[in-house]
Amino acid sequence: MKEYDIVVIGGGPAGLAAAYSAKENGIDNILIIERDNILGGILNQCIHNGFGLHVFKEELTGPEYAERYANLVEEKNIEYILNSMVLSVDENKVVTVMNEEDGIFEIQAKAVILAMGCRERSRGAINIPGYRPSGVFSAGMVQRLMNMEGYIPGKEVVIFGSGDIGLIMARRMALEGAKVKAVVERKPYSSGLQRNIVQCLDDYDIPLLYQHTVSKVVGKDRMEGVVLSKVDDKKQAIPGTEEFVSCDTLLLSVGLIPENEISRDLGVKMNRKTSGPIVGENLMTNVEGVFACGNVLHVHDLVDHVTMESNIAGKKAAEYIKMNKVDTSGKKIQLIPDKGVSYLVPDHINLSTLSDDVTVRFRVTDVYEGAYVDVNFDDELAIHRKKPFLAPGEMQEIKLKKDYILEHQNTDNITFKVEAK
Amino acid sequence: MEEKNLICISCPIGCHMTVTLDNEEVSKVEGNTCKRGAAYAEKEITNPTRFVTSTVKVKNGQVERVSVKTELDIPKSKIFDVMKEINSVEVSAPVKMGDTIIENVAGTNVNIIATRSVK
Ligand SMILES: Cc1cc2nc3c(=O)[nH]c(=O)nc-3n(C[C@H](O)[C@H](O)[C@H](O)COP(=O)(O)OP(=O)(O)OC[C@H]3O[C@@H](n4cnc5c(N)ncnc54)[C@H](O)[C@@H]3O)c2cc1C
Ligand code: SF4
Repeated sequence: MKEYDIVVIGGGPAGLAAAYSAKENGIDNILIIERDNILGGILNQCIHNGFGLHVFKEELTGPEYAERYANLVEEKNIEYILNSMVLSVDENKVVTVMNEEDGIFEIQAKAVILAMGCRERSRGAINIPGYRPSGVFSAGMVQRLMNMEGYIPGKEVVIFGSGDIGLIMARRMALEGAKVKAVVERKPYSSGLQRNIVQCLDDYDIPLLYQHTVSKVVGKDRMEGVVLSKVDDKKQAIPGTEEFVSCDTLLLSVGLIPENEISRDLGVKMNRKTSGPIVGENLMTNVEGVFACGNVLHVHDLVDHVTMESNIAGKKAAEYIKMNKVDTSGKKIQLIPDKGVSYLVPDHINLSTLSDDVTVRFRVTDVYEGAYVDVNFDDELAIHRKKPFLAPGEMQEIKLKKDYILEHQNTDNITFKVEAK
Repeated sequence: MEEKNLICISCPIGCHMTVTLDNEEVSKVEGNTCKRGAAYAEKEITNPTRFVTSTVKVKNGQVERVSVKTELDIPKSKIFDVMKEINSVEVSAPVKMGDTIIENVAGTNVNIIATRSVK
């Protein structure tokens, strides 16, 4: 059986950055396993720009970001295999892989970095009544079809879900001459970036219908249209508000879920809010030597954040290999999401493994203007940060200084909450 | 004096800005976090521009399409002229990231360049 110090599962931006960082931190024997035929993950289909402002200090498109990072990994002579799917990892860190050339084979790892990204929620997950005519697609799948295979699925489009993928695809289809009739959003706000509402919808006069839902798909073999309804505060369709809109294509952009089948089978404990592993400040899961980063840990909007998070996972995995163990005997401080905060990553801080400042990433539950984010170490207010604009679609970051944490070693809980105006 | 609300699209933060216009000239920008916001506001009021990204057909390559972008931002009013030209060309593999695919697209003095390599 081949042996590696670190096996990275997934060759998207998270896996690439983690591998690169582990190498920079002194580990040579690394393998990246990717099931697609190219490194770079989801970025290869995200042909729009807006990536890399923090990491490369310039605005890049997804494929450029991916290729630059893949080049860095090549320059460092980090080993990778493509067209290879990881099937499982067991508690002894034996990784089972399958590909066309070698069939099913096993690899022994000392540490594993989970970087499998996420996949789209499907139509089944949201239950729209109606037949199952052709013309209903998930938005990410159409993104791949259009941008990598050159195929346009339809001419008159309705998009359900105003997250970034929905917004980006509205513009993409409008640019290719399709009529985008509406983007439909059940909530009273969009979970996408503000800039995408401006440059993807407003620029092309595409209406965004808040507090609406697709209550029916009409058509039997081919789509004829959809019925839209207004929704109440519980997101239920209000009878009598139905309106028929003709279209031949419906794109569903209804969220992403981390791909954690492998992690669950391995016994990794999950956070119910993020659907990703529970990790400490070193991004290690409850299984010793198994780390997680990127969209598999929690869904990110910005690849730059993915890269920075994954740098930490790579560094900590390298430290684990060098020391051959992790000392988790020390005190554990719990991070707790309070009012207005839906989750926090990491979940806790181990004082015995703490070696750097800790960047805490989180999402808020509502849209707030002119609010503050308060961080309390037990009852002591540690940070009172003004945030002109907070929205669930925009991930937030707050850094906790290592020295401050060490000066407050006796703390049991660190809570994060939003103080609205 | 007139006030306009704009959202800066220069980076993903998306600052909400209030722009004060004096005789159609920008006299004050508020709400921006960095100076790119003020520059964006000025431009958005006087000559709005955008980057365009799309794909171009590739012959004999490992994939059917190569992703491309305008090297610089182009006037917003030219977006569909640029798309028309992008959709009228075809290239042959190999293509390298950064290669020029179309020079001076739609008379904008801006080139279309490849954003990935295709072997
Ligand atoms: C439509 C869309 C638009 C976006 N727009 C922007 C933007 O404008 N700006 C920005 O900064 N960010 C944007 N992002 C976010 C950013 O692209 C992602 O957050 C980032 O790609 C996540 O990286 P990742 O490596 O965690 O996941 P991915 O990129 O999904 O990579 C995961 C990789 O793991 C592989 N994999 C999964 N399971 C296995 C397995 N069992 N065996 C082997 N390989 C496996 C997959 O094939 C994939 O290549 C966007 C994302 C999407 C989906
Ligand atoms: S003003 Fe600066 S920080 Fe704010 S959105 Fe524009 S570029 Fe980003």
